[in-house]
Amino acid sequence: MTAPFGRRLCEVSESRASGGYRLFSLVDREGPEPQPGQFYMLATERSWDGTGGRPFLPRALSVAESGPAASGVRLDFLIEGIGPGTDRLCELEAGERVWVNGPLGNSFSAPRELAPEAAGAILVGGGIGIAPLALLRRRFAERNVPTRVLLGFRDERHSGGLDDLFACCEVRLASDDGHRGHHGYVTDLLATMLDGDDAGSAAVYSCGPPQMLDAVGAMCTAAGVPCELALESPMACGYGACFGCAVPKPGGGYLRLCVDGPVLRPEQIETAVHA
Amino acid sequence: MPEFCGIQLAHPVINASGTFDAIAARRVYGDALLGDFPFSAFVSKTITPEPRAGNEPQRIWETPAGMINSIGLPNKGLEGFLAEDLPQLAELPVPLVVSVMATDRAQFGRLVQAVGEREEVAAIELNVSCPNVHSGLIVGEQPGETTALLEALRPLTAKPLIVKLTPNVASPADVAVAAEEGGADAVSLINTLKASAIDPITGKPGIAAGHGGLSGPAVRPVAVAQVRAVAAAVSVPIVGMGGVCDGADALEMITAGAALVAVGTESFRDPKAGKRVASELADLLESGRSGTAVGHTA
Repeated sequence: MTAPFGRRLCEVSESRASGGYRLFSLVDREGPEPQPGQFYMLATERSWDGTGGRPFLPRALSVAESGPAASGVRLDFLIEGIGPGTDRLCELEAGERVWVNGPLGNSFSAPRELAPEAAGAILVGGGIGIAPLALLRRRFAERNVPTRVLLGFRDERHSGGLDDLFACCEVRLASDDGHRGHHGYVTDLLATMLDGDDAGSAAVYSCGPPQMLDAVGAMCTAAGVPCELALESPMACGYGACFGCAVPKPGGGYLRLCVDGPVLRPEQIETAVHA
Repeated sequence: MPEFCGIQLAHPVINASGTFDAIAARRVYGDALLGDFPFSAFVSKTITPEPRAGNEPQRIWETPAGMINSIGLPNKGLEGFLAEDLPQLAELPVPLVVSVMATDRAQFGRLVQAVGEREEVAAIELNVSCPNVHSGLIVGEQPGETTALLEALRPLTAKPLIVKLTPNVASPADVAVAAEEGGADAVSLINTLKASAIDPITGKPGIAAGHGGLSGPAVRPVAVAQVRAVAAAVSVPIVGMGGVCDGADALEMITAGAALVAVGTESFRDPKAGKRVASELADLLESGRSGTAVGHTA
C-alpha cells in the first residue's frame, strides 16, 4: 500500500497531556490505515516558522495508535517537546490542522515471517519509543500472536504514554530510578526472558534509545532470536529525497532510514547510534 | 510552453539536483507520482565515475528558514547508474537531465560521453563544485578552470551542457561568463552556500563534516542577487534556484533573469511543491501581477 502522493491537511481531534508527554490525534480523510512501525512527516498549518524561522522542516513521528474515525482514519501520536518542532506540535489544540505526509516507511513483520519457529512476540520499548509498539501489540492481539511487553523508562516524567497506550494489557516495567517496576534497564528483563525455556519460539521487536536498540540487537543475535528494531534519525523529507537519514551498514555504506526502514534487523546495521 | 536549450517543457519549474529521488518517490507513492509529476524536467542526483557511499551522519541540520546539508553525493557510479537507474528514470513523463561530477577532465569527459550518447538523456548538468585533483582548485570557483573544462567537454556531446554555479565566490558572473565562453548552453544557480552550525548540546558542529551547504528560503535573497548579476553578464539561459517556495518566489527569480526555476528544499516539506509553484506562477503571470507586495512595508 503506497501513501497518497503529496501532503494533506488533517484536523486535530484531540490533544492532551499523557504523563510528561503529549498525545494528539489527527483525522486523516485520505490515507490508508498505517501499519505498525510506519511514520508520518508532520508540520502544523499555522506558525510552523515561528520564532527565529524555526521550525522549518516537518518532523518524523511514528504512529502510536490508529483506528477508524467518523470520516477517515484516526492517527495517534505520542510526542515530547525537545525543540522548536516538537514544542510546536505539543501546543496543538483540537480543531487546528496539520500537514501530513504518509504513512511512510516499512513496518514490523509477523514472527513467522522472521523465523518459521517463532510463534510469539516480545516487545521491548524504551521511553518515547514505546509509541509504535502500542499499535504493534494491538495488531498481534487481533491475530492471536502471544505477546509479552517489556517497557523501560528513565524516570516518571519520561513514562508518558504508558497509561494511555498500554492500559489494556499486562506489561513488565523497568525504570532507571526505580520508581516503577524493576530498578534498572529494560534489557535486564529481556535477558531474563531470553534465558527462559521458551525464548526460542519468540521474535523480539524493539523501539527506544539507540544505545538500547544496539543492546537488544546484540542480545538477540547472541541468543539466535529473530529481532526487528525501529530506529530514529534526523530526516528532512521522509520519502527518500534528502538522503539525510543515513544509517551505517555493516560492510560500509548507508541505508536511508525513511525508505529502507525505519524497521531494520540488527544484521542490517552497523549500529543504531548513528547521529 | 517554455523552450529551454531546444527542449520543450510543459512549465518552467524543474527540480534542483539532489533534492528529489524520483526512483525512491515512486516506491513510496506508486505510479501516482508519474500521473502528477511535479516537475517539467527531472534533474538526477549527481553521478560520479565510481560509486560513492556518501558522508557519515549527521548529514542535515535545521537552521532558521532553511537547513544545512553535507550528504556527500552518494550514488551508484556511472556503470550502476546506466544499468540500474537510467532505465527507471526514462519512465518519467518528462525530459531527463543528468548531473555529473568528476575530479579530472578525463573522467569528466568519460561521464559526459557515456551519458550524452544515451537517447533517454535530454541534457547534462555539470556539477563543478569539486576540486580538480591536478590543480587542487575547485573548478567552479575559478573562471580559467571552468573555461578549460568546458572546452574539453564541449566537443564530446551535442546535448545541452548546463553549468551549475557555486555561490561561494566573489563574482559568480565571472564564472558564468567563463562557462559561456567555454561553450556552455546554460547556467544554473545557486548551489548551496557554505555554512556551519554548532550543536548547543555537544558544542560541536551539527554536521559531522564540520560544515555543509545552506539551502531554503534563508538563501533566496542571495540567489536573486546572483541570478541578476549573472543575467546581466551572459546571454545563455539561466536556471534560477535558491529557496523558492511558492509562485511569488518563482516569479521573483524569473524577473531577476531566470528562464527556468528550480525547486529544491521546498520539496522536502511538500513532495508536490514543484507542481504547486508552477500553478501559482501561472496564475500570477496570467493575472498580470508582478507578484504580491512582499517588501518590508507590505
